Amino acid sequence: MSEHGFGNPEVVEEAVDILIIGGGMAACGCAFEIRRWIDAAKKEGHEISVKLVDKAAMDRSGAVAQGLSAINTYMGANDPADYVRYVRGDLMGITREDLVYDVGRHVDDSVHHFEKWGLPIWKQEGDEGKSLKEGGKPVNSGRWQIMINGESYKWIVAEAAKKALGNSRIQERIFIVKLLNDKNDSSRIAGAAGFSVREDKIHIYRFKACLLVCGGAVNIFRPRSVGEGMGRAWYPVWNAGSTYAMAAEAGAELTLMENRFVPNRFKDGYGPVGAWFLLFGAKTKNAFGENYAEKNYDDLKAINADQYAAGSRMGTCLRNHLMLKELREGRGPIFIDTPAAMAKLAENMTPKEIRHLEAEAWEDFLDMTISQCGVWAGENIEPDKEMSELMPTEPYLLGSHAGCAGIWVSGPEDLPNMPEHYHWGYNRMSTVKGLFTAGDGVGASGHKFSSGSFAEGRIAAKAIVKYVIDNADFTPEIDRPVADIVAELYRPVKNFLEHKDYATQQDVNPNYITPKMFQMRLQKIMDEYVAGISTGYQTNGPMLEIAERKLQMLREDAQNMRAKDLHELLRAWENYHRIIAAWAHMKHIQFREETRYPGYYYRADYRAVDDDSWKCFVNSRYDRDTGTWKLKKVKWECLISFDPDKEAPGMGHMGPEQL
Amino acid sequence: MPAFVRTDKCDGCKDRGEAACVYICPHDLMKLDRDGSVTGQSMKAWNQEPDQCWECYACIKLCPQIAIENRAYADFVPMGGSVQPLYVGNSIVWTIKFRNGEVKRFKLPVRTTPAGSADPYGGEPEAELSAISDHASLFTKATHSCDMSQFRSAAAESNE
Ligand SMILES: Cc1cc2nc3c(=O)[nH]c(=O)nc-3n(C[C@H](O)[C@H](O)[C@H](O)COP(=O)(O)OP(=O)(O)OC[C@H]3O[C@@H](n4cnc5c(N)ncnc54)[C@H](O)[C@@H]3O)c2cc1C
Ligand code: SF4
Ligand code: SF4
Repeated sequence: MSEHGFGNPEVVEEAVDILIIGGGMAACGCAFEIRRWIDAAKKEGHEISVKLVDKAAMDRSGAVAQGLSAINTYMGANDPADYVRYVRGDLMGITREDLVYDVGRHVDDSVHHFEKWGLPIWKQEGDEGKSLKEGGKPVNSGRWQIMINGESYKWIVAEAAKKALGNSRIQERIFIVKLLNDKNDSSRIAGAAGFSVREDKIHIYRFKACLLVCGGAVNIFRPRSVGEGMGRAWYPVWNAGSTYAMAAEAGAELTLMENRFVPNRFKDGYGPVGAWFLLFGAKTKNAFGENYAEKNYDDLKAINADQYAAGSRMGTCLRNHLMLKELREGRGPIFIDTPAAMAKLAENMTPKEIRHLEAEAWEDFLDMTISQCGVWAGENIEPDKEMSELMPTEPYLLGSHAGCAGIWVSGPEDLPNMPEHYHWGYNRMSTVKGLFTAGDGVGASGHKFSSGSFAEGRIAAKAIVKYVIDNADFTPEIDRPVADIVAELYRPVKNFLEHKDYATQQDVNPNYITPKMFQMRLQKIMDEYVAGISTGYQTNGPMLEIAERKLQMLREDAQNMRAKDLHELLRAWENYHRIIAAWAHMKHIQFREETRYPGYYYRADYRAVDDDSWKCFVNSRYDRDTGTWKLKKVKWECLISFDPDKEAPGMGHMGPEQL
Repeated sequence: MPAFVRTDKCDGCKDRGEAACVYICPHDLMKLDRDGSVTGQSMKAWNQEPDQCWECYACIKLCPQIAIENRAYADFVPMGGSVQPLYVGNSIVWTIKFRNGEVKRFKLPVRTTPAGSADPYGGEPEAELSAISDHASLFTKATHSCDMSQFRSAAAESNE
């Protein structure tokens, strides 16, 4: 055999029972829970092997890389049923209440563990030395949100997860490209293929089951800054839609992929607003000092959305809707009045307390969006002296923050009145046997955040072990020859090596396209035709038809991406995942002939919320052989009783501010 | 540049195995220039794709030589400011320099236990395989108390 090298990777084949794909919050939760069940199974004579692979280093991989300043899902004295009411209100009614409830009943225990491992959690005065578990009262910034000193949040959680699983079961810097179906049963998963970002190696895993937890999707839309600041998206630039793309290609049903998240953030730095609204009580206004939210409130009636903003409730997207009108009609920019909020808080404070307040305001950004401090420092903005601008971002796809795109999964069948179509197998298993997900991967159940994603990873861990025990006799066989997989994964390398000398410059060459230009093409299509920032988040049927044609050609051209090194190979496959995720998003928006999430996107040809026809899930299935999508409506069920007083209690007239 | 490496300070993590910045960057941006063909000097790290940098500071926080700094995105941030962290024990100290020369310093706690001391299973129960199908509990058996009357009853449903 010739020597291995860039053009000729070594192929490493491996068999395990369970593969955890990803190393973020959900994967860490799974690692923590699964080891205990594997040890228990061993005692009963079941030997189960498990491995975790992450494209990056677990200490700082995923959305929590910088740290966070709050844990956004913590029940405390609340009942999980009220948490369900809050989530369904925020996500315009359509939510898998079983899945949300399941997270609610398990999440606090996970937060107690974070604290035990070393995460500093703010306590109310007098309770400083008391842990949450011992009854210490946290500092709530909202009903479900508690404040932390979270700079090292991911590092602490990964430390425990790595110890739980053991280093020999963890492989970092492996990018998974494809899931592989079983040779004898295409509705079953049997393996995955990826490559090392450090060595010329392709890794092929055979397994009985996997947990696919690679986060959501960023950079499928053109971002607001397109120069050096292209990396400054709100969502971490490294989560490329791998979860949705790989699941779709393996034949799993996706749900609510029409949903997206368009956070309203501090302009340019994308600093979070949650603590400013919830903890510091800051208010927003338009260029002329008007409270536009109250002024525009009646507009919600015109689009039938007032029912989701009645009394104390208001979906996050509807707040954007009220703001977008100001921007559209020339009354921008939108300001957040940080000086007024800080002055009000400081009224009864000692100078020492005021200094502490200032530190808290900066810490909110230093713990999770350091760039915003860079913007303030560069522009000489001190938040107690000068207001900042807010601006809605480009759209992202995710399932654990204030969005709910994702995979359609089976729920816990022990809850009362669980409808048949909500459970068909193991908890958090997709419609493909053996393919499980959690965190950003699970659709129709947003607002899990970091703690809920970790808890959901734990829930899935138990179910996966059970699945593997029940399927002990199953021997996975992958449906394609290894040589084909190798050729496919390294095609961008081959494209480069074969054609690089054709032109005198490497980047302009008719035989291939660089991953970077490929990404820009995708972003331009999505931005201009699928309700990105340049059209004010609007689209319509004819625009979507054009988008689809362009996306199809783009997918064809994916064959011609080049990779001049392993780093570019990573970018090439990330961008391939982005197209599939983007395409799903586009197909769902096309199918749902209404504007369900006004403020996130508009179907200009169906402007209003249409509960009569569309208070349902939209699910899709992708056929990778034909490149076609099948979409359908799926019935939504109300499991938790509707109680107008309880839908989002304690949040004041306008409901929860944006997180 | 976003995160960039100071030529005078980077020692390529020569005696420390994989370079810390290369190891930690979640987006695979930091690269070690072994032969000096990119940076002009051998064994220096560099940010190979600055326009993909999230300014997450993971590399900056981990570099043992304090050789990595951040220069805010040039396409929208005026020059002259800087935001630099330094771990001191279980705290992080941030130094923020404004364009106008003003300096602010904040010291914030990062963890309450010594690094490396997290014990995932200390004092925790073992799992019992007989409970594996029970959705109401995880191995720690610490399910939140739940008011099940909040579920719609089948009777109420048929009345609607
Ligand atoms: C800017 C921002 C602020 C937030 N603020 C808060 C907050 O204040 N409080 C709160 O509780 N929550 C917050 N969240 C939400 C929280 O971070 C997420 O809910 C949580 O991280 C989701 O967990 P996950 O495991 O699904 O994804 P992630 O934690 O993002 O993990 C994804 C993992 O997959 C890996 N990966 C990706 N693709 C591949 C591939 N193809 N092959 C192998 N590995 C791959 C990544 O390296 C990473 O390890 C915030 C999120 C963001 C983006
Ligand atoms: S971690 Fe610091 S010293 Fe080590 S290679 Fe990177 S920049 Fe150089
Ligand atoms: S700041 Fe973060 S994204 Fe940028 S190079 Fe460093 S580790 Fe990578």
